Amino acid sequence: MEKKIDERVVDEIERNHWKTVGKRILKDWRVYVMAIPLIFFFICWRYLPMSGLLIAFKSYDGKDVIGSPWNGFAGFKELMTGSYATTENSFWKAFRNTFTLSFYSMIFGFPMPIILALLFSEIKNETYRSVLQVLSYLPKFVSLVVITTLVNLMCSNGSETMHTSGGPITVLLETIHMIPKGTKLMYQSEYFRPIYQISGIWETAGYGSIVYFAAILSISPTSYEAARMDGASKWAQIKYVTFPGIASTLTIMLILEIGHLLTVGYEKVMLLYSQETYETADVISTFVMRTGGVGDTGSNTGTIGKTIASAADLFNSLIAMLLVIGSNTIARRVSSTSLY
Amino acid sequence: MGGRLDRSEIIFKIISYTLLTIFALFCLYPFIYTISAAISSQDAVDAGKVVIFPIGLQFDAFKYVFEDRSFWLAYTSTLFVTLWGTVWSMFISIFGGYALSKKRIPFNKGLNFFLVFTMWFSAGMIPTLINYQQTRDIFQNIGIVDQKWVVVIAMGLAAYNIILLRNAFSGVPKEIEEAATVDGANEFQIATKVFIPMSKASIATVALFYGISRWNGYFWAKQIMVGEDQIPPLQVFIRNTLDKVLGGEETHSYDGFSVSSLFYAMIVCAVVPIIIIYPFIQKYFAAGVNLGGVKE
Repeated sequence: MEKKIDERVVDEIERNHWKTVGKRILKDWRVYVMAIPLIFFFICWRYLPMSGLLIAFKSYDGKDVIGSPWNGFAGFKELMTGSYATTENSFWKAFRNTFTLSFYSMIFGFPMPIILALLFSEIKNETYRSVLQVLSYLPKFVSLVVITTLVNLMCSNGSETMHTSGGPITVLLETIHMIPKGTKLMYQSEYFRPIYQISGIWETAGYGSIVYFAAILSISPTSYEAARMDGASKWAQIKYVTFPGIASTLTIMLILEIGHLLTVGYEKVMLLYSQETYETADVISTFVMRTGGVGDTGSNTGTIGKTIASAADLFNSLIAMLLVIGSNTIARRVSSTSLY
Repeated sequence: MGGRLDRSEIIFKIISYTLLTIFALFCLYPFIYTISAAISSQDAVDAGKVVIFPIGLQFDAFKYVFEDRSFWLAYTSTLFVTLWGTVWSMFISIFGGYALSKKRIPFNKGLNFFLVFTMWFSAGMIPTLINYQQTRDIFQNIGIVDQKWVVVIAMGLAAYNIILLRNAFSGVPKEIEEAATVDGANEFQIATKVFIPMSKASIATVALFYGISRWNGYFWAKQIMVGEDQIPPLQVFIRNTLDKVLGGEETHSYDGFSVSSLFYAMIVCAVVPIIIIYPFIQKYFAAGVNLGGVKE
């Protein structure tokens, strides 16, 4: 008897809860209406494509994803241990290259914005400083096609038949004997990484310094005064005042960077690499493109290629997601700040 | 700030001025070189003599670009995609961001997760391509044959930008909203007459981010706009021309200027709009970046 009453009370509360939820939804129906375009867009062009990942587990006929017969993990097996793992431009090479490119970006690209911000904060003439800053942000807003076209032209090799001596960078490096004459910067795999990293620094270091510069500006000037009173040299001030002041920003940025270890900008690689530089330049996304027959470097390998490519993509996406979520969780723990 | 500078401080100042000046010039140099090489003579460019200033002036490369009809068709394509793409993305982002910022509505958390999940996990290239191709077919079936609309409608939205706007709307004081409610304004009026005017700086920032990314858009436009009768945007045009030259398909030489000069001239034309709006947008950079961190 008693139990029944309890149940009835619970039911009543449940019903009331849903009644109030319903009421609140009705009251704010206009807010939901405003969210409709967003929901529509994300379902159509972000969530629906996810169903296409099933291709990785199917033998895809090139038309109907859902209707294709199941294939289990055969695609993954083929990708990781089969012919795609043993060929010259294998999946595992692309996997290693992805990590290597990201890793070098971190070693060279990560400290640059910090150094720049540190130096910017030293320039007290505001007009001059903003001129320098504005110039250094500029490359960030230029398209990748333009940047890579510039890189292609400026690093182009000379040609006997066309009577050209190559782009200005080739000419410069040849004059100072850093590269032997006749080097093809864009077509020799040992130069791909330096070109990728240096153009990357050119592109993003200035813009990346904004966040650190803001952090340095927020350090109270009295801290520096106090340090100076104690006779601290500039190096000591940087070590004991500036670095502790930007430590939290630095930690977050580093963690987030780690989270993006597997998301190498495929567009830039695609626009810079060529068959001759696959050795160092082929990353997972370009492997996917090539195998899946996407883009101008794609050789259409038929429908089996699409299965293999989707398997590689899914594998990549899953690890990338784990890295991003993991790094975000850590960032949140460390400083109660997270990107999302 | 009182007192004389310590010796180490003077040294550091000198280093800062020197290195930053060098870095700024390093950032600027390719642009200067581009302009100079576009208007230098064929011999000077091909022999690699151009360093900073133009040598042996010619304006034929620019003239050639100005008279190239297909270049300007691609240019108008880009203008079209930039204009309508920004309008469409902003429409979704402003109202979507507004709804996401309303913590009081049921399922708000779910809606936020719905958005943020797409930043963690994406469908990947092949499924996305197939999806866009299907979208193109559907558009075709309902009579939209201009594939620029596929680029405008189905692409370009960035979850990050929507979150920037959500945060801006969350920052509007509650009292103002309550006052508007008391005055009898409905939610649409509150959004358009109170929240949007109060978040002008953030809206401008996001619009500029969208505008620039639309102007620079390349990859998916190239994959999707493949029909014979289609005019892909400028970036695709430049890259296709470059591919032809690099691939040796086009060995045709130009009268009076180097083939490199032709590209430099095209690049100048492609970058000029960004340089023009640049002075107006640079004050928003700091605001845009700082909004990115979410304090909870």
